[in-house]
Amino acid sequence: MLKISIDKLSALYDAIAANNELILPVRKAGVVDYASYEEGADVAIDTLKTAKSPKNAFFPQFETLYNVNKKIIPTDASAEEGACEGAGVALRSTLSVEMAPLVDKDFVIFGIKPCDVKGIEVLDNVFLAEPVDNFYKARRDHGILVTMACNEPEESCFCSAFGIDAADPSKAKADVAVWMADGNLYWKAISPKGEALTESVKSVFEDSDEAAVEATKASIEGILAKLPNANLSLDMWGKGVLDDRFYSPVWDEIFKPCLACGTCTFVCPTCQCYDIKDYTTKDGIQRYRCWDSCMYSDFTMMAHGNNRNSQKERFRQRFMHKLSYYPDKNDGMFSCVGCGRCVDKCPQSLNIVKVIKAFEASKAKEGQA
Amino acid sequence: MQGLIDRLKALLADGTVARVIGWKKGDMSYNPTPAVFNSAEELDEFVYDGFCGANLSKMMIDATKLEGKTAVLLKPCDSYSFNQLIREHRVNRDNAYIIGIACRGKLDIERAKATGIKGITDVAGVEHDGADTVTFKTLYGDKEVAYNEILLGRCYMCKGKEHVIADEVIGESKDTAVMDRFAQVEAIEAMSSAEKFEYFKKELSKCIRCNACRNVCPCCSCRKCVFDSTKFDTQQKANVDSFEEKMFHIIRAFHVAGRCTDCGECSRVCPQGIPLHLFNKKFIKDIDTFYGEFQAGKDPEAQSPLTAFTFEDVEPKIVSERSKG
Repeated sequence: MLKISIDKLSALYDAIAANNELILPVRKAGVVDYASYEEGADVAIDTLKTAKSPKNAFFPQFETLYNVNKKIIPTDASAEEGACEGAGVALRSTLSVEMAPLVDKDFVIFGIKPCDVKGIEVLDNVFLAEPVDNFYKARRDHGILVTMACNEPEESCFCSAFGIDAADPSKAKADVAVWMADGNLYWKAISPKGEALTESVKSVFEDSDEAAVEATKASIEGILAKLPNANLSLDMWGKGVLDDRFYSPVWDEIFKPCLACGTCTFVCPTCQCYDIKDYTTKDGIQRYRCWDSCMYSDFTMMAHGNNRNSQKERFRQRFMHKLSYYPDKNDGMFSCVGCGRCVDKCPQSLNIVKVIKAFEASKAKEGQA
Repeated sequence: MQGLIDRLKALLADGTVARVIGWKKGDMSYNPTPAVFNSAEELDEFVYDGFCGANLSKMMIDATKLEGKTAVLLKPCDSYSFNQLIREHRVNRDNAYIIGIACRGKLDIERAKATGIKGITDVAGVEHDGADTVTFKTLYGDKEVAYNEILLGRCYMCKGKEHVIADEVIGESKDTAVMDRFAQVEAIEAMSSAEKFEYFKKELSKCIRCNACRNVCPCCSCRKCVFDSTKFDTQQKANVDSFEEKMFHIIRAFHVAGRCTDCGECSRVCPQGIPLHLFNKKFIKDIDTFYGEFQAGKDPEAQSPLTAFTFEDVEPKIVSERSKG
């Protein structure tokens, strides 16, 4: 294990940024989100929870997939360039398709929390399964994850319900694990990619004993156990519960305050749905994709119309996807990681925890009856 | 609060109303959810405290189409929104029973957390007749904050303690205004064009196009929003940091100009903390300047200056003349 004084962190950032793009929590107009380490960036590394998840680094909210370029040329190659039909020259148009470039440079996400690392695992199961999404894969191949222990978890956190250990990031599927303890940052490579990164920035570190972070780990574990939703029961969810939950009367009331906005979807580290659209540019077509939300009325709209016409159905879709459909397809793995951003951000204070608890309450009531 | 619950139960029991729209206890001590209560039994989960900031008037668009009257709890500022919905024929007044509920300013949990409060396990002192101090029990020790220091931004520019519409009023409200309602707008007006542009660019580039501002807005009650059209040949669905993305909020502000009651819900719900109310306030200030003071929602019969054309109206060129001046 290596260490560096927290006062000298900028030396570490500079060392990483010398060879890679560095993405870390940055405060902008009062809100902390993952952004590039640039001159003047207000780094807020002690932020527990950024407003948005870092999934943007692998699955951007907006990206161009390809451009179709249209060019008008004379049919007769010998005709003068710039000649037009009026001048008696026949014209034809040609189309060329230009794929958007894939990411080909390494980048480092520094300070990503274990829940968000798990969120990327959730995305991997979707985008890296056949047919592989090239855009996503290129970013995954070049992305290096430096994951940080959560020193002061908050009441909206419930990652332990999903078996995530916020005290020991070395258990996460990342490349480097770091802890902030007694004025130092402790650094431990946990993958070959992480070892290579460590090698390139080694000069800024001093050697340290692994025992240095034990007290911090213990203190985090103590807090995690006391979180109000540490033991949130997922008994009613997972594989093979689709029919029972889908037709539950709980949905009939619980969705009502839902505004049908996309806040929960867009701050979520695991929401992965997107829309693909064409945009007519000056000289052709830009095909882009952007995040979509199952809460939106045009989500999965097809020529025949929409297959979810009520907000109840749209609301149900989001939670069934996370707690039933995804686990059915991925060996019981949930597509919620307990980061609690929806808990913090839903304008109506409606969230996945309340949905899970409403189902538990309904079961308890049935039991009494 | 028990008195209030008893009153609601009585309204259900004697058939005055078929349902009640209010707030349901959250799973934490600061996150109640707007909810529809159909029975006395369901009302056992009812709550009304400092965290009930949500403006429930928009839920009445659907609720007043149902059979039987719906009771709704409106705070003084929410009642302006309801009046505006009547003005726009979006709610059926005859199917509404409005309970004007007392308010002493609503709390902003984000503002509380910004003071360093985290790991909250319980909150005390947030009832309407509660203390002047809010006590947060947290995993990292207990903290006390003055109630008035952690209000929603809009409450510091409170429109007053009177309900503009109600079938009955329960309790007495407080006017929590401590600053001029246009002070923030004036601060921006004092900036140079370049400074203004930088300010809004920085704020609006945080936008994630979740549409929470639009969906919560009582003025944004179109059955189908133009921005949800699938027929656009634009990038409007995408969150691109371009002209178009920045135009979304400006267009929305134009659409609600003259109708916006300044309820402040847009800024309350923004997950990225963008002060969206500033656009609306700027329009309100300009309307006041050009057409005389007008408060949307104050009187459901009053014509908005932007839809009532008179020969005395200022010419549009006044805007460009002013900017030269």
